[in-house]
Amino acid sequence: MTGSPREATPREMTARELARWSWRQLTSMRTALILLLLLAIAAVPGSLIPQENLDSVKVSNWQDAHTTLTPIYRRLGLFDVYGAPWFAAIYVLLMVSLIGCIIPRLFVYWRGLRAQPPAAPRNLLRMPAATSYETAESVEEVVARANAVLGRKRYRLRRESAAGEVAAEKGYLREAGNLLFHCAVIIVLVGFAVGSLFGYKGGVIVLVGDQYGFSNELTQYDDFAPGSLFKPDQLNWFDLHIHDFHVDWLTSGPRQGMAKGFKSEVQYEDGPSSPSKSYDLAVNHPLDIGGTEVFLIGHGYAPVVTIRDGKGDIVASGPRVFLPENQSFLSFGVIKPAAGNISAQGLFYPAEVTLGGVPQNITGDIGDKSAAMLSLQVWKGDNGMQDSEQSVYTLDTSRMTKVNDTGGRAFNLRVGQTAKLPDGLGTITFDDVVRWNKLQISQTPFKHVALGGVSLALLGLMGSLFIRPRRVWVRARETAGGTLVEVAVLDRSGNDEVDAVVSGLVAQLQGREVEEMS
Amino acid sequence: MSTHAYELLSNRAVATAAVVYFLALLSHLVEWSALIGRRRADVEERELVGAGAPAVEARGLETPDEDRSERVAMFGRLGYLLTCIAALAHLTAVVSRGLAAGRVPWGNMYEFTVTGTCIVAVAYVALYRRLKLSWMAPAVVAFVMVFLMVGVLALYAPVEPLTEALNSYWLVIHVFAASLATGAFTLGGIASIIYLIKRRYPDADSGWMSRVPSLASLDRTAYRIHAFGFVLWTFAVLITGPIWAHQAWGSYWNWDPKEVWAFITWVVYAGYLHARATAGWKGRNAAILAIVGLATLWFNFIGINYFSTTSAHSYASVPSHAPAIVDGPAAGGTVTA
Repeated sequence: MTGSPREATPREMTARELARWSWRQLTSMRTALILLLLLAIAAVPGSLIPQENLDSVKVSNWQDAHTTLTPIYRRLGLFDVYGAPWFAAIYVLLMVSLIGCIIPRLFVYWRGLRAQPPAAPRNLLRMPAATSYETAESVEEVVARANAVLGRKRYRLRRESAAGEVAAEKGYLREAGNLLFHCAVIIVLVGFAVGSLFGYKGGVIVLVGDQYGFSNELTQYDDFAPGSLFKPDQLNWFDLHIHDFHVDWLTSGPRQGMAKGFKSEVQYEDGPSSPSKSYDLAVNHPLDIGGTEVFLIGHGYAPVVTIRDGKGDIVASGPRVFLPENQSFLSFGVIKPAAGNISAQGLFYPAEVTLGGVPQNITGDIGDKSAAMLSLQVWKGDNGMQDSEQSVYTLDTSRMTKVNDTGGRAFNLRVGQTAKLPDGLGTITFDDVVRWNKLQISQTPFKHVALGGVSLALLGLMGSLFIRPRRVWVRARETAGGTLVEVAVLDRSGNDEVDAVVSGLVAQLQGREVEEMS
Repeated sequence: MSTHAYELLSNRAVATAAVVYFLALLSHLVEWSALIGRRRADVEERELVGAGAPAVEARGLETPDEDRSERVAMFGRLGYLLTCIAALAHLTAVVSRGLAAGRVPWGNMYEFTVTGTCIVAVAYVALYRRLKLSWMAPAVVAFVMVFLMVGVLALYAPVEPLTEALNSYWLVIHVFAASLATGAFTLGGIASIIYLIKRRYPDADSGWMSRVPSLASLDRTAYRIHAFGFVLWTFAVLITGPIWAHQAWGSYWNWDPKEVWAFITWVVYAGYLHARATAGWKGRNAAILAIVGLATLWFNFIGINYFSTTSAHSYASVPSHAPAIVDGPAAGGTVTA
């Protein structure tokens, strides 16, 4: 754009002009493309740097190892890339650009949908794909046949064509598919946004057995990650307990001793007065209770331990959740009663075999519990339980002293055994082992909207990629020797093989039998 | 036949396929070297005839050197025949692996590689005549052979039952769609790479470049393969992937590294299609974008495993450190939280 006198003398843009200019820039195709590629680049760091929402332990380990980088990374939000403002900025801009691009195109499409195919250009043979031939047929015959051939191929024909001319167009659905795809992307983004804003994801460890259970209340969750617009009254009422739990162990092959499959028999009530229902909960087989979904994502062992003080009074009793350290369910856990001054931490072996004086765990299958072993280090002193909230899976021994077995070893107990602590401190009994299940409980509102959006996007995508829009013109003119027929095809997608279309069309106009080209 | 016998058969078939692919590659290389020789003969002849009409146009298969052109054709046919035999052995390997495992043969990286390369090989063999793919022969055969060997040498794992989360019919749909798309993107990427090479020697009448289709036709072929692959990729990554993730892990999108890279690949190819459709980026820029897409795809398949160990897709990692995904919360809580 040059030559206009106004542009010849540069001056500052008014706010309004600046806004218009910015809007035009933002909604241009090139910007959309750049934003799209920027989104791809912006997603990269999140896959290479540990992410807070994926594995917080790994994040803190990484931060301990990189003390100089950590403050910089933290500033840039690199530990939570997908929640970072700059990441949000890119996709919000992309969405605005998308909308700004789609709306005008919707109007253009609406007008184009009802428009007639354009009349033939003056010089058809100048089109990139064009040809001509002579025939003895009359002009009317040629035009009639062209109309028939193109009509059969479901071209839209121009109604008021000049004599001897046919103008046709097809492939209107390509742009429809394109628009559908872009609108569907917006639907997906809305569905995804609602899901992450109003949804929540919580985790809880539930012991297996009818006497244990879970009620859907905030306080019962071990970890809870709500969306920023989540309200606690979204939690619907239900109670569940795990009646029984089955594990299918691998008994041979390189993964011997690992769990192959597991399944829980869950019983639940979805209202205070509703009858109890049963469900087989398994991986890939979640339970849906009134829009809240329950997933089985892990399992392990909880040794039942009783600690008595020097007077024989019970200071702690019950199952303690031990977390698996490896695939054979060698597990670590902590017992720290709020009362008394004895605490313990140690390993649980579901099936222990002593090899060369070192205990080894051979499988996660506990069998009849005869090979199960609890190996505890006992500490006495202040375990800090009174002070503050702290993890139930670690023991702070800074204000404690270690209590040793006579040989200075850990206390190794089989089911039913009791260890007598030195100096009349008390006893520790390994009563039994129960199992636990890790459940993930979540609400993902609008997940079907997101799914529907993606499906529509795929449909639109197929339309926009595989439908080939093209225009065809045929002009017949009487000449000295007969009739000269000119045929031209314009490909509007840029990816069509127009020459083949032209030759196929000519063959049909001449009445030759040919393979259908489209 | 016992499962063990099937596993053995599969391993032998893979070895056979690799050897025959190698012979096929040799045969195609002989074919090409003969082509280079022919060009020299051509040039000499042209010099003898003298300048005048553009000889480039006149150059065709009917060069005076009948022996040579016959040899080219013979080695070309031989190479194709050997590729067919190798693809058959390859297919046998995939099927018997499936029979050995009693499930679809794409439960780990090794199986995915063997199946993926098999799809490329079978698609190539099947479309060879229809799409006149002889110009692609050495590139495709070399690619299949190299990746098959990488699979055998670096990723091999004996037949094992699936981990719990993988044990779902979505494995059939999701992974099959993903491997089909991977195969398509790879073929499209090869076409784009050849496009860039051809672009540097646009009027090459030399050896194999002269057999490669015109730039416009290469560009169009690459576009079509990519369009097909993109639709499948969308289906695999953005439809079946989230549905399965939701069922197995309780959340349909977890920003897991594999997901992130699958998304990056999707965005790059979306950019490729978008650029072609609207910004008029045909040819060079589009080809570069397609190759970037291919790089992200293969990085996601193999490379990301070396950078991140938190992936819930870790069954799809290198065998030495392959924790099953849901065998209990590791020390940080859940696998997916």
